[in-house]
Amino acid sequence: MDETLAIELRGISKAFGPVQANKDISIQVKRGTIHGIIGENGAGKSTLMSILYGFYRADSGEVFIGGKKTEIPDSQAAIDAGIGMVFQHFKLVENFTVLENVILGAEDGRLLKPSLAKARKLLKKLADDYEMDVDPDAIIEDLGVGQQQRVEILKALYREADILILDEPTGVLTPAEADHLFRILKGLRDEGKTIILITHKLREIMEITDTVSVMRRGEMTATVKTAETSPEQLAELMVGRKVLLRVDKMPATPGDVVLEVENLRVVDDRNVERLRGIDLTIRAGEVLGIAGVSGNGQSELLEILGGYAKGTGVIRVNGQQIDITGSASVARTRRARGIAHVPEDRQREGLIMDYRAWENIGFGYHDDPKFNSGLLMDNSALKADCVDKMERFDVRPPDPNLAAKNFSGGNQQKIVLAREIERNPDLLLIGQPTRGVDIGAIEFIHQQIVALRDQGKAILLVSVELDEIMALSDRIAVMFDGRIMGERLPSETNQGELGLLMAGITEDAA
Amino acid sequence: MNDAMPKWADIVLIPLINLALALFVSGLVVALIGKNPFEALYILVSGSVGSAYGWGYTLFYATNFIFTGLSVAVAFHARLFNIGGEGQAALGGLGVALVALSIDWPHWALALPVAVIGGMVFGALWAAVPAYLQVRRGSHIVITTIMFNYIAAALMVYLLANVLKVPGSASPETARFIEGARLPNAADILPWVGFSRSTPLNVSFLVAVLACIGVYFLIWRTRLGYEIRAFGHSEPAALYAGISPVRITMLAMLISGGLSGLMAINAVMGEAERLVLDPVQGAGFVGIAVALMGRSHPLGVFIAALLFGALYQGGAELTFEMNGMTREMILVIQALVILFTGALDNMVRSPVERMFLSRRRQPSAPLPTTPMTPGGHPDDAKVEP
Amino acid sequence: MDFLGVIQLLDSSLRLATPLLLACLAGLFSERAGIFDIGLEGKMLASAFFSAAVASYTGSVWIGLMAGIGASLVLAAIHGVASITFRGNQLISGVAINFLASGLTVVIGEAWFSLGGRTPQLEGAARFQEITLPFANAVRDVPYLGPIYADFLSGHSILVYVALALVPITWWVLFRTRFGLRLRAVGENPAAVDTAGVSVVGLRYAAVMICGVLTGIAGAYLATALSAGFVKEMSAGRGFIALAALIFAKWRPWYALGATLLFGLLEALGNRFQSLDLFGIPIPTQFMQALPYILTVVILAGFVGRAIPPRAGGEPYVKER
Repeated sequence: MDETLAIELRGISKAFGPVQANKDISIQVKRGTIHGIIGENGAGKSTLMSILYGFYRADSGEVFIGGKKTEIPDSQAAIDAGIGMVFQHFKLVENFTVLENVILGAEDGRLLKPSLAKARKLLKKLADDYEMDVDPDAIIEDLGVGQQQRVEILKALYREADILILDEPTGVLTPAEADHLFRILKGLRDEGKTIILITHKLREIMEITDTVSVMRRGEMTATVKTAETSPEQLAELMVGRKVLLRVDKMPATPGDVVLEVENLRVVDDRNVERLRGIDLTIRAGEVLGIAGVSGNGQSELLEILGGYAKGTGVIRVNGQQIDITGSASVARTRRARGIAHVPEDRQREGLIMDYRAWENIGFGYHDDPKFNSGLLMDNSALKADCVDKMERFDVRPPDPNLAAKNFSGGNQQKIVLAREIERNPDLLLIGQPTRGVDIGAIEFIHQQIVALRDQGKAILLVSVELDEIMALSDRIAVMFDGRIMGERLPSETNQGELGLLMAGITEDAA
Repeated sequence: MNDAMPKWADIVLIPLINLALALFVSGLVVALIGKNPFEALYILVSGSVGSAYGWGYTLFYATNFIFTGLSVAVAFHARLFNIGGEGQAALGGLGVALVALSIDWPHWALALPVAVIGGMVFGALWAAVPAYLQVRRGSHIVITTIMFNYIAAALMVYLLANVLKVPGSASPETARFIEGARLPNAADILPWVGFSRSTPLNVSFLVAVLACIGVYFLIWRTRLGYEIRAFGHSEPAALYAGISPVRITMLAMLISGGLSGLMAINAVMGEAERLVLDPVQGAGFVGIAVALMGRSHPLGVFIAALLFGALYQGGAELTFEMNGMTREMILVIQALVILFTGALDNMVRSPVERMFLSRRRQPSAPLPTTPMTPGGHPDDAKVEP
Repeated sequence: MDFLGVIQLLDSSLRLATPLLLACLAGLFSERAGIFDIGLEGKMLASAFFSAAVASYTGSVWIGLMAGIGASLVLAAIHGVASITFRGNQLISGVAINFLASGLTVVIGEAWFSLGGRTPQLEGAARFQEITLPFANAVRDVPYLGPIYADFLSGHSILVYVALALVPITWWVLFRTRFGLRLRAVGENPAAVDTAGVSVVGLRYAAVMICGVLTGIAGAYLATALSAGFVKEMSAGRGFIALAALIFAKWRPWYALGATLLFGLLEALGNRFQSLDLFGIPIPTQFMQALPYILTVVILAGFVGRAIPPRAGGEPYVKER
């Protein structure tokens, strides 16, 4: 047994019912390295990590920590084995303080006061050692996302973790915050800690990992030294075929102005301003890409344009103003004005997961006379429409009676897209079009967006994936903290510049 | 709705198992108080469905429960828990009585439709306030509807004792309705079946059947029903689609209240033929059990209502024939049905699902806790049609 | 109304507020841990019956109290199993428990006592007697402060003092102990607790059981201190009023004391002024009786402002992938 191995997994398999999430996985992670695990959505990375953290029990296989065979039946055992996990969705109690979150479950004794005092000292030391500045008495919900993530890391270090697993840590960070995180991780590695980084971002793998393992369809397909590989090679290992990282398209020929937004302001239900005076225009036949880290107002922008939020300011579609303050500010009136909307969260908003596909095909348009006959809805018209759309958008399986929840992410998205595109809208709003979608469907969806643009439609594209924004947009606007920080043409900018804007740094601010 | 098992198992098998469990535990209770559960069961069954007399009462009670069951079911489709059926039905009684007493009705066929409207309007109004408070103020509809039950009871006592009662009489009840405002009972309409002369079963049963059909069309064939179900599944999605939560909540509750109010046609116009204290007699609560057992589907509600009607009538027989047995035993059975069907549902569902999954060769739909297709290549996912 | 009248009113208020306070604290533990409990009513009712029945049978109110708590714990366990282990709908479970209690108390009551569902009158050691606080009689004549101590504060049964003491105890447990921290965490974000290696299930069951004990005391108080025996449906909606008080109190122990005292005052007013003449308009008794329920609705409708319940309240915990 090799003691320089922090973790070794041998033959780990796990099935959920008939679905094999992990198939005979073996992996060796050397101590004091940053080891990346990359794979598409559904490749089985999260399942593997959940087994390591005691959430699931593997059906077969063995786990060795520090050379010793270890059983991990629950999270406490993982913590005892020195494993700390930073989840993609933080496991913090929002209205507790940082200190309270750190000691939760690791309190020293029954009474809080002595535990808190002791923890405060220890926390300060850890924060100083690893350059993670955080106010122990701050309330979590008042902190920014980057800081919250630091709290998660401190939680793990407080419990004396030697092995730190991070699951998709940069999804919610600006490029600058991500860099800071990587500095911290490198610092930890140099102190002898072992880091496992789970991500789907090739760029990150290349930047900071020492070794990378690739997972595909539940299997470990390869483990290579990062220095000896390339993004193209990794992408191919991930998907199994040469992947097109660019989208072929003609230059845009924009026509009349379709959408005008002037001084748009939106306030949330806690009276916090989420949109602070947005101005933008989109013409027919062009794609305006909105770049930015999640949570900077993009969702609110989509919501008010889509008709389920209120605000102040002016919005004009095809020259006519639309009501955004009163009772007519609803999704119905938006649709009547020729605005279609593919929402960011298709499972929560765009589809009713328990409705059959044919019921979903009319969702939002169920008032349309072609779906109704008199008092009753015309179910056969809906079914026929569904069959037609499924064929044209290559939805698999093409079964209108299947409930939405039984389709894969990509096919669910195709159903929503088909529904909205077929409305022949003047303006199409799209949020996160390829989130949770496999590569094959991503290509198809990107082609559809470009085709729509070429037909002379105006498209507002919101995405956290800079690659997607750069590839699809004719113009890019970057949002930060409810404002548009700047507009660029894709040909005249790069990810670094966009990243600065996303972090709120303009040319004016030093 | 659940694809892990065939539809018949979801709709018939699981409720039956739940019912069996409820009856089993009830049997234990009966044994614990020193009576013979099998004897009790025999009296229950023979007293309720063993004779035309029994059937008359069984169907009469079932009529009440169809209305209140539909009421809860409609609200359930909008993910609303309307526990106020008791109070809404009481107010419905007020509406029906006002209609019956205020005009000189020549024939019941004329009085009935107007009384239907009266009952529904009053029932709907009583549901409107909690509904409004839920949408506009976020007041939890469960607590407000329960409070409104208590308030309705106090209100009815006040009205019957002070305003509506026959002058000079001491009983808190209205005058008997005139001939033209009384519904003919089953013995009058179908003398050959053998119902007893004084059977309470009346024309309202047909109204109940019509209501079942109406609710089916409403929920699964109209736009409003489409919107109600969508809202019940996901409020964010409803907002996206332009469905107004305020409108849907109000409409669903109004319809729900109206259906409960309709129950008064049976109890007040069909049986008592006057308004008395508490004509509802707990039917509002039974409606919850009926809706749960019937899975909020009109056909299921109909069958479950029949079942509970039989339980009620059988229970009445039980109180006559068995010493020391009270009507509250039925309340216990009812509670156990709600418990097993509503709260302990997974206790039965999970093993049954596992049983079906293991017998199947093809891979099936994802398990209930995960939102997206797990593992494997998404485009290759085989799913159950 | 003169000063002595006010004292008497306050005295009644405290007496009537006690079961509400106990039920409210019970609900507080449960809801803070994320389990909605609409079955407080049923648990109180069950406890009222069993404490009265056993007290009557054994002649000892303390054994009765134990029996009442036991009955309440059984129902609490059912709610726990349904909500936690089987991840069922917590509202439905609560409603079922209320019906179960309504039915069983009468069925068993009739079988045991044949009195139409009540228990026999309780006397002597089968009831909680009034306790005179030290020096009460001596200070009664002191102007103003005397009656406050001697007539308002003194002279209650022991469970009233227990209930009052439970307020600071609850505060201390929730905010000064490890258990309290974890309990509050599990109601806000059970995933945070789970990943920290602490059992979500264990904490929630603990909360549900504490709730059972407190409603047990509440019910026993109703039948053996406030009244002298059990009658059908004697809880009369108090379990729901306690929930409204809990929301009013924003799930905090000291505010709960204030909220329940307010409701107690209302009930006392209703009892004292059976029929009122307000500016010449007679207010019917039924209105006074309905007042607590009407006030509950009014509170829920608005004066609460934005009361934010524990974030994970009412939702079963399922490990996400």
